[in-house]
Amino acid sequence: MAIVTHLKKSCAVNPLKMSQPIGAALAFMGLNNCMPTLHGSQGCTAFGLVLFVRHFKEAVPMQTTAMNEATTIMGGYDNVEQAILNIHKRAQPAIIGIASTGLTETKGDDVDGYLALIRKKHPELDEVALVYVSTPDYVGAFQDGWAKAVAKIVKELAEPGPRIAGQVNVLAGSHLTPGDLEEVRELVEAFGLTPIILPDLSGSLDGHIPDNFSPTTLGGTTLADLRASGRSEFTLAIGEHMREAAQTLQDTCGVPFDVLESLTGLDANDRLMSLLAEKSGRPAPNKYRRQRSQLMDAMLDAHFYFGGKKIAIGAEPDLLLAVGKLFVGIGAELTAVVTTTQSPVLEHLPAQEVLIGDLEDLEQRAQGCDLLVTHSHGRQMAERLNLPFLRMGIPMFDRLGAAHQVTVGYRGTRNLIFEVANMFMAASHEPGPDDWRQPASEESGCGSCTSAAAH
Amino acid sequence: MSTLSSKVQEVFDEPACGKNQAKSEKERKKGCTKQLLPGAAAGGCAFDGAKIALQPITDVAHLVHGPIACEGNSWDNRGAKSSGSSLYRTGFTTDINELDVVYGGEKHLFKSVKEILDKYDPAAVFVYQTCVTALIGDDIEAVCKAATQKFGKPVIPVDAPGFVGNKNLGNKLAGEALLDYVIGTEEPETTTPYDINIIGEYNLAGELWQVKPLLDEMGVRVLACISGDAKYKEVAYSHRAKAAMMVCSKAMINIARKMEERYEIPFFEGSFYGITDMSDSLRNIARLLVEKGAPAELLERTEVIIRREEAAFWELMEPYKDSLKGVKVLLITGGVKSWSVVSALQEVGMEIVGTSVKKSTLEDKQRIKELMGEDAHMVDDMTPREMYKMLKDAQADIMLSGGRSQFIALKAKMPWLDINQERHHGYAGYDGMVALVREIDKSLSNPVWEQVRKAAPWDIPETPACEEATVAEALVEQEAA
Repeated sequence: MAIVTHLKKSCAVNPLKMSQPIGAALAFMGLNNCMPTLHGSQGCTAFGLVLFVRHFKEAVPMQTTAMNEATTIMGGYDNVEQAILNIHKRAQPAIIGIASTGLTETKGDDVDGYLALIRKKHPELDEVALVYVSTPDYVGAFQDGWAKAVAKIVKELAEPGPRIAGQVNVLAGSHLTPGDLEEVRELVEAFGLTPIILPDLSGSLDGHIPDNFSPTTLGGTTLADLRASGRSEFTLAIGEHMREAAQTLQDTCGVPFDVLESLTGLDANDRLMSLLAEKSGRPAPNKYRRQRSQLMDAMLDAHFYFGGKKIAIGAEPDLLLAVGKLFVGIGAELTAVVTTTQSPVLEHLPAQEVLIGDLEDLEQRAQGCDLLVTHSHGRQMAERLNLPFLRMGIPMFDRLGAAHQVTVGYRGTRNLIFEVANMFMAASHEPGPDDWRQPASEESGCGSCTSAAAH
Repeated sequence: MSTLSSKVQEVFDEPACGKNQAKSEKERKKGCTKQLLPGAAAGGCAFDGAKIALQPITDVAHLVHGPIACEGNSWDNRGAKSSGSSLYRTGFTTDINELDVVYGGEKHLFKSVKEILDKYDPAAVFVYQTCVTALIGDDIEAVCKAATQKFGKPVIPVDAPGFVGNKNLGNKLAGEALLDYVIGTEEPETTTPYDINIIGEYNLAGELWQVKPLLDEMGVRVLACISGDAKYKEVAYSHRAKAAMMVCSKAMINIARKMEERYEIPFFEGSFYGITDMSDSLRNIARLLVEKGAPAELLERTEVIIRREEAAFWELMEPYKDSLKGVKVLLITGGVKSWSVVSALQEVGMEIVGTSVKKSTLEDKQRIKELMGEDAHMVDDMTPREMYKMLKDAQADIMLSGGRSQFIALKAKMPWLDINQERHHGYAGYDGMVALVREIDKSLSNPVWEQVRKAAPWDIPETPACEEATVAEALVEQEAA
């Protein structure tokens, strides 16, 4: 429904987008006992590290091959080898996940080739899984890096074999928080199925206090589970960008899959319920029937506040679709929409136009809107435009609880609806004597909405 | 590239650097960036360092020429405050794509500069080189020169791509950019005998404003702060100052030394952290200005202010003296901050059980030894695991460090305080020291520690988890034991 446009301007101002390698690194962080490593200059890792620490408020394991000018030109074999040996020696992870960067891609390092050589040369690494994914900084965005990493993880690690009854793969998109994943796990388990969530940030970055210090990830999908994912009965991919990984699992291990575009909203969750009921042969548990009813009630209560509201939203494609569809479904309008990267879902977005752009573009289009939805970098424009501001996506560094923001399932949807409706209520304007019929004056536009935005 | 490598060599050769003075000629040539260990490295790159050093200039558009990673992953994440323009917090990047990598990004950069000038009318545009654009050979110097000529606004190249070295090198290369293109290009409307530059102060959490009122009272004018809360033109006419204070020695020593050489501006190295250091700094500012011709009564005026401020400080400290006496502090921070914070904390009776000296010069280390005694526990490079253990074993009561190690302390259920660039509280000057002590006290006395260290009901031996009464009893017993 939406037209996807790409603005012709040279300078990106106030970026919405983040780069592929750190998307891949975050995916690796959802694996247990893993060390995500960027093949690039040390700054590539440092920026990602600071970003994730500020978002999750957690210690974040992330390493670098520490490329410099000379090693870049000579080729990074030695650095990749040394990095792997040092990480193996110091942190002893089960998995080392390596993502390339703009620097090493420009040079053209053949890391797959390097890894084959390193494998031959160092039998002591036989027990360590090495996964490499190519993620140049100058192509795509965060979500793409995540998607490529997950596809590569299952390609390298999933092993085919006889089906394990009741075992289900859940391929989780980068737009799902640790809190979302906890909810998904509960949902799947409620049907008597055993989920393998992949990657599973709910195990590693959910803000728990471990008993001891670990230099690698602690919690997340285990290597055993990654291998066993090839033997699941089926795969649920959540978010269109997980399609490639699901397809890979089907191609290599014969696991059939369904892609759910989102788990937010009534329709999306109805589909999930039908699917889980069908696959498990069990009816939907009463708990969810009750929650569905609560969600409908919430939608009815909230539609008074959503009706006609203009929303400015900047998010990665799959988050955009999940949240945007929900808001439009209760009567709001997506007035200004900006995203980071191409995706087949964009055309399905219920909006006139989707722009692949930055927050400057969003700011120009957000004048007169009633709500701004984007990550924390929207804070400056929210202040300038005096807009109520719902923080969603990564990074969220100026609020607590980013990891536990839940917007999936009937219950998560219900809570999101209440949160937004409350923001509308808080920003609503008390009528005054001059609000209705104004003496014939210069401004004759839409009186009620401009005054709401201005106050 | 050759100009960049000669710049790097020149910066490594810095004669005023304490670490360099202790080295042989051959060692000096090799440079001071330790070869980073792949798989065991931490910290930012040269581009990061250059950005940290220059971004506090508030009315400038800071344009990053490179792929989205360099700006997209990091913008608006530093705590430098502004009293005027907020343009410096706007993220500008050429966000180069595959085609740029293949065909070169110079035109893309030029057009970006034009767009920024048209839309935002900044005092200047600073263009930051990054790894990818350096590797493909984009000549940002030439583009900046062409843009300056064509648009009549200063467009300044900052040639510090990430892969040439670490943050510290980036700080210095940023300094070189100012020396080459900015400093000395404008003239102030008036000058006074009381004009100083403050070099290497970034106004994080507004710390400059904790100090500035006292300078105002002394009658001293900050002609330029490089670069906290600075305007472009202030940096451009900073060569007319009479004296300078260099705050963060490792970061911008080249600016201070070269300005002394070129413009005869004497400088001293000082710190605003801690009472003694703060007072010494005020004294040194007054002394240098008087040596350069300011009336001598400035010295006495300064002493009066120092006496008053110190007395006020100690009065404010009274309530904390008992609660903070003997508190054991683990201090993980870089360079000059180590000794200045060490002395500050000792002044109020705290005990430093360990400090990192990873970025410190020999001289810094000597000072720490003087302060902490010969058996000073100095660690060159403490791993997170070691920090965790030290805290977990209660060898320290509180850790002061940068944001990245915050969660090591919190996961060990130990108090922690941010003293690096992302911090929210200013700790400079007399007021800042009071703030620091107050924050430490607030952190240590928070009742949360007692609660989170309590065992979970199911971990208490031989207690059925569901019977609350027995759990409570067990807790009481456990505490009594």
